[in-house]
Amino acid sequence: MTASTTPAPGLDALPKVRKDLVPLILIPAIALFALPFISFSTWLTLTFAGLAMGMILFILSSGLTLVFGLMDVLNFGHGVFISLGAFMATTLIGSMADWSNSERLMLNLAAVFPAMLAAMAVASVVGLVFERVIIRPVYGQPLKQIMITMGGMIVGQELIKVLWGPQAIPLLLPGGMRGSILLGEAAIEKYRLVAVLIGLAVFAAMMWVMTRTKLGLLIRAGVHDREMVESMGYRIRRLFIGVFVAGSALAGLGGVMWGLYQQSVVAEMGGAVNVLLFIVIIIGGMGSVGGCFLGSMLVGLVANYVGFLAPKVALFSNILLMVIVLLWRPQGLYSVGKQ
Amino acid sequence: MILKNLLSGDLPRSRVLAAVLVLVLLGLALTPFIFPGAKSLNVAAKICVFVVLVASFDLLLGYTGIMSFAHTMFFGLGAYGVAIALNHLPATWGSIGIGVAAALAVSVVLSLLIGLFSLRVKAMFFAMITLAVATAFQTLASQMSEITGGEDGLTFRVPELLSPAFQLREQPFLGVSLDGRLISYYLLFACAVVLFLLMLRIVNSPFGRVLQAIRENAFRAEALGYRTVVYRTWSNVLSAAFATLAGCMLALWLRYNGPDTSLSFEIMIDILLMVVIGGMGTLYGAVVGTTLFIVAQNYLQDLLKLGGTAFAKIPVVKDLVNPDRWLLWLGILFVVGIYKFPLGIVGKLRMRLRKA
Repeated sequence: MTASTTPAPGLDALPKVRKDLVPLILIPAIALFALPFISFSTWLTLTFAGLAMGMILFILSSGLTLVFGLMDVLNFGHGVFISLGAFMATTLIGSMADWSNSERLMLNLAAVFPAMLAAMAVASVVGLVFERVIIRPVYGQPLKQIMITMGGMIVGQELIKVLWGPQAIPLLLPGGMRGSILLGEAAIEKYRLVAVLIGLAVFAAMMWVMTRTKLGLLIRAGVHDREMVESMGYRIRRLFIGVFVAGSALAGLGGVMWGLYQQSVVAEMGGAVNVLLFIVIIIGGMGSVGGCFLGSMLVGLVANYVGFLAPKVALFSNILLMVIVLLWRPQGLYSVGKQ
Repeated sequence: MILKNLLSGDLPRSRVLAAVLVLVLLGLALTPFIFPGAKSLNVAAKICVFVVLVASFDLLLGYTGIMSFAHTMFFGLGAYGVAIALNHLPATWGSIGIGVAAALAVSVVLSLLIGLFSLRVKAMFFAMITLAVATAFQTLASQMSEITGGEDGLTFRVPELLSPAFQLREQPFLGVSLDGRLISYYLLFACAVVLFLLMLRIVNSPFGRVLQAIRENAFRAEALGYRTVVYRTWSNVLSAAFATLAGCMLALWLRYNGPDTSLSFEIMIDILLMVVIGGMGTLYGAVVGTTLFIVAQNYLQDLLKLGGTAFAKIPVVKDLVNPDRWLLWLGILFVVGIYKFPLGIVGKLRMRLRKA
């Protein structure tokens, strides 16, 4: 652990926590580093695409990192909620094909938003069941947790195949979100704009809850030192269930967005993106929302730049990024001060 | 006495278990004669390969308490080592040797790096990092098509002695023709027995005891003066090396290797299941679990097919018992297994003995 990650407590009554802004420089640094290799308009396109991808990754992974931070539970089955959300979207958006295929954005939104809400609702209900059946019996047993959540994911994916069939289902973008806006010579896809807006909204809402409400205070305190919060009479377990359900709902929402991003959904998509999410939360520092946001952006940007410059190395770029970050800060960019 | 030495003092400690083990051993040794036919020989060969693979994984998960998702990566490395060597070099024993040696070298270096880099951290962290590395390796194998054959994989020739066309004797022996296929099978079988006994030796050595101490309480082991990181890394390297050898065996048997045969994530899940069914922390569990699983995998799908036709009229149930959904049932079995039988079959058998 480096000195900068653990602010030394002063002797003052209430030491001010020093804001650690160094990792924030990474985003512009990486963006500027990539600039000389690519023409400016392409760079702009890629940067925006990377940020959009990062926003979706953030929505997908924020629940995972909080769940880990609160209870030391790493949910290898998180991907199920993502797949579930995406498949709900195929059914619901498909059933409103008239509205969704129309060129008018308002009608599109009228089709997409209910789909998102329904995906979130279903994911949160399934999340509640998942927590009860799969996770609750294995609190505090890391090996069993890994295996059992893995098993939960297998069962979940197979059930999705039972309900929706094993083949890939296309998930077309609504008519008004297709195509791109030209900004000078850079093409910015409309859907990515939507993704960035939704991502920012979720981030803002989460930051508000986490920093401005008592609930957020409890969550943050619980992540930091669970026993202390418990000994003050708060039921961390109940808090955890809430966070787990909220995280599942966000994964469902992210699943809809990720499905629209990929334009086709398969039951295994959640498991595949899970790996990426792990990389994100390792980079960000497990349990930290800010770190998760930063990690998502970094992974999104690097994946897009490298994917353009050297497509074959794209998947390694994430791992390389993770290795470099861990060599610099072994606990991730923003470590949550755990004992 | 010899038996005790051979098993490194780790006797089955349960009459039922001993009987089962002898049955499996005899069954595997005599498969070509008792169950003639290509399918049963294939199943038996697969059991030989997976016993080694699952036991090597148990060395890591069951004995040291480390959860790694990179085990198929090492398995694949072994398979690709033999496949690439035999694909580019003449089909001789020397080429096999080169392939195996190269694969082993790469595996050892890679596992050492992963171990040194990430074994200091918590179990969860290690699991995640290995998962990421394994995924990347899988992509690498399917991307570098000039060397690995990409998604199509590599088909190659094996030394003449092992090829199906080779005949040792004109006349069949006890109704079984003595061809290269049979010789390959017995080569595999011998390798499996030797490697298994070697692993048994390892886990029952003082080194193996330290691994178990680390599994039980890493903090205490460290306090006793054992450098846990060193031991964990060694465990990781050894386990990777044995997995690589299992991969070599698989490639020699199939005379083919591709990403789906040795690297796919489903194999990783299969290995996990086999370890859990058999019982973690007992190498005999690997034998029992593997045999049971592979026999079920090969013959249970037929059973599900029967169920599929029986329920063909009922909409959702029909899909539930569809033979393509057998992974669903395995997944449920897996979850229930971890809850109800964390000790697996071998653990249960031994427990009964202790109570009696």
